[in-house]
Amino acid sequence: MENMVEHLARERSMEWREALRKSIKAKDRTSLERVAMPEADPAERAKSHVEVNQGLSVQMAVEESRRCLDCPDPTCIQGCPVSINIPKFIKYIEKKDFAGAARSLKETNALPAVCGRVCPQEIQCEASCFYTLKLKAPPVAIGHLERFAADWERKSGKMFIPEVAPANGIKVAVVGSGPSGLAVAGDLVRLGYAITVFEALHEPGGVLKYGIPEFRLPNEIVDVEINNLKKMGVEFLTNFVVGKTATIQELKAEGYQAFFAGSGAGLPNFMHIPGENANGIMSSNEYLTRVNLMNAAHDDYDTPVLLGKNVAVIGGGNTAMDSVRTAKRLGAERAMIIYRRTLAEMPARNEEIKHAQEEGIEFLNLNNPVEYFADKNGRVNRIRLQKMELGEPDASGRKKPIPIEGSEYELEADLVIVSVGVSPNPLIPQSIPGLKVSRWGTIVVDEKEMQSSVPELFAGGDIVRGGATVILAMGDGRHAAAGIDRYLQKKNRSAS
Amino acid sequence: MNKIISIEHLSENVVKLSIEAPRIARKRKAGHFVIVKIGEKGERIPLTISSSDPEKGTITLVVQRVGVTSHKISNLHVGDSVTDVVGPLGLTTHVEKFGTVLCAGGGVGTAPLLPIVEAMHKAGNRVITVLAARNKELIILEEEIGEFSDEVVIMTDDGSYGRQGLVTHGMEEIIQREKVDFAVVIGPAIMMKFSSMLTKKYNIPTVASLNAIMVDGTGMCGACRVSVGGATKFVCVDGPEFDAHEVNFDELLTRLGGFRDEEFKAYQIFLETLKKEVT
Repeated sequence: MENMVEHLARERSMEWREALRKSIKAKDRTSLERVAMPEADPAERAKSHVEVNQGLSVQMAVEESRRCLDCPDPTCIQGCPVSINIPKFIKYIEKKDFAGAARSLKETNALPAVCGRVCPQEIQCEASCFYTLKLKAPPVAIGHLERFAADWERKSGKMFIPEVAPANGIKVAVVGSGPSGLAVAGDLVRLGYAITVFEALHEPGGVLKYGIPEFRLPNEIVDVEINNLKKMGVEFLTNFVVGKTATIQELKAEGYQAFFAGSGAGLPNFMHIPGENANGIMSSNEYLTRVNLMNAAHDDYDTPVLLGKNVAVIGGGNTAMDSVRTAKRLGAERAMIIYRRTLAEMPARNEEIKHAQEEGIEFLNLNNPVEYFADKNGRVNRIRLQKMELGEPDASGRKKPIPIEGSEYELEADLVIVSVGVSPNPLIPQSIPGLKVSRWGTIVVDEKEMQSSVPELFAGGDIVRGGATVILAMGDGRHAAAGIDRYLQKKNRSAS
Repeated sequence: MNKIISIEHLSENVVKLSIEAPRIARKRKAGHFVIVKIGEKGERIPLTISSSDPEKGTITLVVQRVGVTSHKISNLHVGDSVTDVVGPLGLTTHVEKFGTVLCAGGGVGTAPLLPIVEAMHKAGNRVITVLAARNKELIILEEEIGEFSDEVVIMTDDGSYGRQGLVTHGMEEIIQREKVDFAVVIGPAIMMKFSSMLTKKYNIPTVASLNAIMVDGTGMCGACRVSVGGATKFVCVDGPEFDAHEVNFDELLTRLGGFRDEEFKAYQIFLETLKKEVT
C-alpha cells in the first residue's frame, strides 16, 4: 500500500497542481499580505447573537489561497490532528474549484464547517506552516480557507455526500454525538459498517450544540453536518443514555460488535468555597446549555435563564470566554472574567480573548474568589475576591498563582458562572465491570488504537483526555475508527 | 416521541399518565426518574417513575399542575405524545429487610413513594404509610399504596378526609406506638424537612427523595446540587435519595426558588395565551 508521503507526492505531482505552482512566482506569493477575516462590529455584535467572524468572500479566499506555496514537504499537515491534505484543498480554491476543495476536506474530516470555525489553528496547522516556521511571517489562513470551502459548498445547495462501501452488516454503537462520536461515525459508515449513534440529550451534536454559542458556531451548521452523516446511513438515537437506558452488555446482546465511548466530560467542577450554592451561581455547562441548547433567552421557549447586571465568570478557558460573551449579549452591564493568573497564561484562544476585549469584557486577572454572599432571597449579590501574584512554574508549566495575604476585597455580582473545568462523566465507566479507568475517572486506552481494557470498547475525546478541544476529540475519533475496523476485521476473520 | 396510552385526572390539578417507553419500562427500579420535554420549545423537567408495565412497555408518571410544563402535560390527551422522555435516571432505592418501615408521602410526593412502598413490602418489611395533603382532593393513589402497606394513615390539613393534622402528627403517633426501624419521606421540601427532624429526634434512619431543579439530568449541568453532610452532591447522579438527616433542606428550599420570578412570569404569559386561544 502507498504510504502517506508517497500519496501526498503523487497528488502534488498532478498536472493541474504543477501548472498552478508555475503560474505565480514563489516570491510573488510570499509578498502577498494575509487576508484579514471580516468581523461583525464589536458594539453591534455584543447586542446580538450574529456570528462574529463573517467568513471570507470568494475574492478574499482566492487571494489568500495564492499565498500557499504548495510546499514539497507540507509541514502543515503534521500539525493537523485529522491529517487534512491542506495544500490540496487550498490549491482547489486557487483554481476556483470550490466544490473540489470541499470534497478533498471531507476525505479526512467529517465536519469541515465546524473545524474551520472552532479549531485552534494557531497552535496546529498554522503553527507549522512554512510562513510561520521559515519566513517568520503570518501563516496562510488555513482555518479561514477551510471554513470558506465548507460554507461555499453548503450555500451552493449541492452538498457532496462521500461514497459509502457496500453494507457489511456489522453493527457498531457510538456513545455520544459530540465531535469524537461524529468523526467515528463518519469514518466507519464509509467502510460499510451499520452505525448507531446514541445521544443522551434530545438533540444530537453534544458540546457543539449545548456548549459553543451561536456567535461562534451556529447550531444550523452542526445540523447540516449531522444530516450529511444521516444521508450516508448513520442512525441517530436521541434520549438514550448508554449505561442507563441500556448497558453495553445489553447492546452487545442486541448484536453490536464494537463500541466507541465519546460521552464527554460530564461533571462540572466547582471550587467548594463558602456560599457557592447560592442562587445565581451556576456552572458554565448549565448556563450555556440553557442558552444554546434550550434557547432560554427566547420568550417562546419554556426554559428560563437568569439575567445579571453584574456578571462574573470564574476561569480563563474558551468556555469561560463563551460564557462571559453570552452574558454581555444577554444585557449585562458589567461582564467580567475573574482569573487567577494573567492574560499570558490564559488557556483560551487568543482570538477569543481579543474578541472579548473588543466587546467590552472586563478582565480581572490575578484575582480569585474565596467566598460568595447572598441577599435575603438567597440570590448571590457579592463576591469576596483575593488578589494573587505569580510564583514559580507549577506542574502544568505555568506560573503558580499565590494568594496575597490581606488583599481581600468585595465585588458586586448578581450572576456568577463557574467555569473551572469538568470531570469525566462516570455513567459509562460505572456501568462496565472490569473497565480500567485512571484515578481521575478517565477511560484508559491504548493511544494508537484507542482501545480500552474491554476489547470491544474504544474511547476518545474528553472521556479519555479529561478536557480537550473539538479537533483533538475528532482526531481520537478517526484513530478509534481505524482501530475498530482493524479489531473487527481480525475478529471476524478468525471467526470465519 | 412517546405515545400516551392512558390518562387519569386524580384531582383538579393532579394527572396520572401512562406513556409508551418500552426500554425504560424494562429497566426502571424504585427510585428512578425520567426527564421529559413537551414540544420542540419545551423545557426539560425531572419526574419520578411511579410504576411501570414491562410487558406493555409503559411507564406511569404523576404530575401536579404548578407551572408551564406541568400545565402542558395536564392538557394532553390519550393518543398525544410526549416529545422527549429519557431515563431511567438516578440511583435506585436501597431496599433491604429493615423490619418496620415508616413511609410518608406529602401531596404529589405519594407518586414517587409508591414504588418504594412496593419494594419495601416485597423485601419482607412491615410497611406503615402516612399519606398527607391539604385536603381530600389532594390525597392520591390511596388504593395502590394500600395494596403494599400493612397500614395506611391519612392526614389532611383541613380534616376533610382521614384525620385532621400534619404528616408529622401521624408519623409521631406510630413511632410512639411501635418500634420503627427505617423511614422514607417524600413530598414538598418543607414537609421532608420537618418529617426528617422528627425521625432524627427518635434516631430512625431516614431517606428523602429530593426534587431539585435539573436541566440534563445526567450530571452535566450541576443545577441540582444540594448539600448533604456538608458536601455538595448532584441529585441527578448521586441521588435522588439521600440520608435525610444530612440534607440541608433550607438550602434546597432556597434553590428550588432560584427561578421563581422567571417561572412566574412565564406561567402568566402562558395562561394569557391559553385564554386568547379559547376566545
